[in-house]
Amino acid sequence: MNTLIFRTMVGPIVTIMVIFSVFICLRGHNAPGGGFIGGLIAAAAVAVLGIATGATAARKALRVDPMVIASFGVAIAALSGLASMFTGSPFLTSIWAYWSLGETTVPLSTPLVFDIGVYCVVFGTIAAIALALAEEGP
Amino acid sequence: MGLSLDASIVLMALAPFAAALLAPLVQRIAAPFAGWVLALVPAAIFVFLLGFIEPIAARRFVQASIDWVPAYGLTLSFFIDGLSLTFALAISGIGTLILIYSGAYLRGHQHLGRFFGFMLAFMGAMLGLVLSDNMLALFSFWELTTVSSFLLIGFDHSRQAARRGAIQALVVTNIGGMGLLFGVILAQQLTGQWNLSGLRDFGDAMRENPVYPVVLIAFLAAAFTKSAQFPFHFWLPNAMEAPTPVSAFLHSATMVQGGVYLLLRLTPFLGGTPAWTVTLVVFGGFTLVWGALGAIRQTDLKQVLAQSTIASLGLLVLLIGLGTELAITAAILYFIAHAAYKAGLFMVVGNVDHGSGSRDIVALGGLGDPMPVTFIAAALAALSMIGLPVTAGFLAKEEMYLVLLGPDWPQILVLIMLVIGNALLAGVALSIAIRPFLGALLPTPKVPHEAPIAMLAGPVALGAAGILLALNAGRLGHDIVVPTIAAVLGVAAESHLTPAVDFTSLALWLSAATIALGILVHLQMAAIRSILRRIGTALGWTFDHGFDVAMFGLIRLAGAMTRLLHHGRLELYLVLVFAGFALAVLVPVFGMGGLEALLPNAELGDWSAKLAWPNLQIHEWAVLALAVVGLGAVLFARSRLVAILALGVQGAAVALIFLSFGAPDLAFTQFMVEILSVVILALVMTRLKLDEADHRQFEDLARDGTLAVVGGAGVSLLLMVVLAGTFDSRLSDFFAATSVPIAHGANIVNVILVDYRGFDTLGEISVVLGAGIAILALLRRRGAAP
Repeated sequence: MNTLIFRTMVGPIVTIMVIFSVFICLRGHNAPGGGFIGGLIAAAAVAVLGIATGATAARKALRVDPMVIASFGVAIAALSGLASMFTGSPFLTSIWAYWSLGETTVPLSTPLVFDIGVYCVVFGTIAAIALALAEEGP
Repeated sequence: MGLSLDASIVLMALAPFAAALLAPLVQRIAAPFAGWVLALVPAAIFVFLLGFIEPIAARRFVQASIDWVPAYGLTLSFFIDGLSLTFALAISGIGTLILIYSGAYLRGHQHLGRFFGFMLAFMGAMLGLVLSDNMLALFSFWELTTVSSFLLIGFDHSRQAARRGAIQALVVTNIGGMGLLFGVILAQQLTGQWNLSGLRDFGDAMRENPVYPVVLIAFLAAAFTKSAQFPFHFWLPNAMEAPTPVSAFLHSATMVQGGVYLLLRLTPFLGGTPAWTVTLVVFGGFTLVWGALGAIRQTDLKQVLAQSTIASLGLLVLLIGLGTELAITAAILYFIAHAAYKAGLFMVVGNVDHGSGSRDIVALGGLGDPMPVTFIAAALAALSMIGLPVTAGFLAKEEMYLVLLGPDWPQILVLIMLVIGNALLAGVALSIAIRPFLGALLPTPKVPHEAPIAMLAGPVALGAAGILLALNAGRLGHDIVVPTIAAVLGVAAESHLTPAVDFTSLALWLSAATIALGILVHLQMAAIRSILRRIGTALGWTFDHGFDVAMFGLIRLAGAMTRLLHHGRLELYLVLVFAGFALAVLVPVFGMGGLEALLPNAELGDWSAKLAWPNLQIHEWAVLALAVVGLGAVLFARSRLVAILALGVQGAAVALIFLSFGAPDLAFTQFMVEILSVVILALVMTRLKLDEADHRQFEDLARDGTLAVVGGAGVSLLLMVVLAGTFDSRLSDFFAATSVPIAHGANIVNVILVDYRGFDTLGEISVVLGAGIAILALLRRRGAAP
């Protein structure tokens, strides 16, 4: 498994997978995709990295403990729901804002933050389980 | 700028909690005087409350509230009427003396700061309990007293007996707490009132309500467990494992009086029915005699007092049960007298223990010489407990005899019970005041010495209070008793209390008889004790023992249930899960007649139409073939690795089917799950034994295979039944129509997940996180195990 070709190519592959996962997550509102699928792709990227370099190195490359990412996901998803408190609407009511960048307009919204939260939870939890399985015992 | 009345009352109710937080700090800074410093808090509350005596005697009650959960109409409301004022004065007054006392009693204890904290928190809970108007606040404070008394009783937590006493008190009073919560909610549902002050208007409607017995039982469960009525009395003696100041506080004016307070408070709402009167009189009377006999049986002074407290509580419950104006007067007077003399006697016992090293009434004697002030305090308290003239105890006893002077036989019966109970208690009081202090000095573990001033202030002040109150009987009646009767019975009474002794009254002669009997009991104490002990040994069973049996039974039952359900064999868990799943899908299919929908009928044609060869495109056949091949490979794979990979093939085929039916998101997710499984598998391959073949026995294979087939068939059938019904498109129409305009998203699946049903998703991701933590914990455990 630890072939030279794989080890050489793993950098570009993982990079593409992570970028693709973010792309899938962000486009989710209008086209197939979303936080759940994006998180799965990103988790697969970490697993691929783990195969090439070993679980310990993959964990180091993540910098942040994956469970922290997952907890952060739940936190921002919940907080995005609380934002509607300030407009006097029920929990999780969506709020939209448009950010004009000259040529184009970027729609920002609380469901976007929520979806990023979902992404983080799925990614963090699955990456944590995969890495823990790979590290376990001799 | 002065505080408003509302704010100052709320502040007063919360002050002890603030003091509790600061207590350890105060203890560190002002170590030798911490007791005196902290006692300023209850002392200030006491003085503040004294200011309410006049307005309440004139206006009946004062209310104060701040919003709590305004959306539900809940307010944190307090009210002060004669009843709550009487209790609050007793709590804060005795609390002051107890805090001063504890500082000296526990001097040098390493956790003294913590002790003060618990004590003040308990006091705050108790004050909140008697001052709350809102029933939910009442319940919260009720439970807070339970929790803080648990901490106090188990304060000496290195001893097993203290831990047991604490847990017992917690369990027993918590059962009552559940009863209280039930009763409170039921009362609110029936009347629409959260406030105790509002309940009194519903008394008549309540007494005729068919649910009345249920409400009564719920509240009585709370009051009887808290106030240690038979058969829940057994926790109280075990609570004596607490340091003496705790016992002095909990068992005089606070903890156990919570139930008495509740009964008095509920009298306008629930009282006056035959069920109320009979239950309270029977249980109270029995508890009175039981406790008084128990007190004689004991030789440990603290246990003697504990048992006599049970008796006094029984007496109070009995009087509340009778419920006439005289009876309530007697109950209030008795509450005040008992609070003062019992707290004083507990402190006296603490002094004796502290000064001589022993609490055994049989082993003590002649301490009057080395401990003169303690002896005086003991004598003063005992006078009130016996009920000699010009003490508060005497006033109370006269009133209770007056209640029952009448020709009916039930009255006479209760009267006889009262005389016997009081006589036994008088005998106990005589023994406590005479045995340890008079006669020849007996050798004790320590050289007897008098207690420090902080430990004398409390008992002397309380002993003197018993007499001063009686001397000012007129004011006591006007300021305390009449407003309390107004609060309990809603009538404007006239006080007839005087300190004078009326020799023509029959009650006085009953009192004299009681005291004469009491002297007899005192003289024959040893003989009565040995008889009672012999009876106890002959019975060989106590409620205390019963509690242990019940608790261990509970633990054993829990253990058996755990072993049954949590046996640690994964294959059986999975069998259970899948069997449950199969049932869950099959029961609706058969149970709700779903199968009918699949049978041939006029609309759908006959079997030949149903079983006709489906008309599929070539690529669709290919996908189906892929699925079948994958499935076959799973079944006939020789190693686990191959089986798992083959399952991936089958999953990919399913994803293709989703795709061809226009569910790209579903297909996308399915693909990702399959890919991820393979990738993770590759990652952990070297760690798992995946090259092993399936080594299940034939029976196991048959069992698992049957389950698989039944489950699969169930799902298929269910799907067919669901699809045979007419499709209600209202929801999908709504989503399709509104997704872009109001949710700004074209991908309906995603919009549903993150917006329309965002709350579900929030729950789901929390579950994902929780499951992740559990899996990590399991993996780490396995890694750590040898």
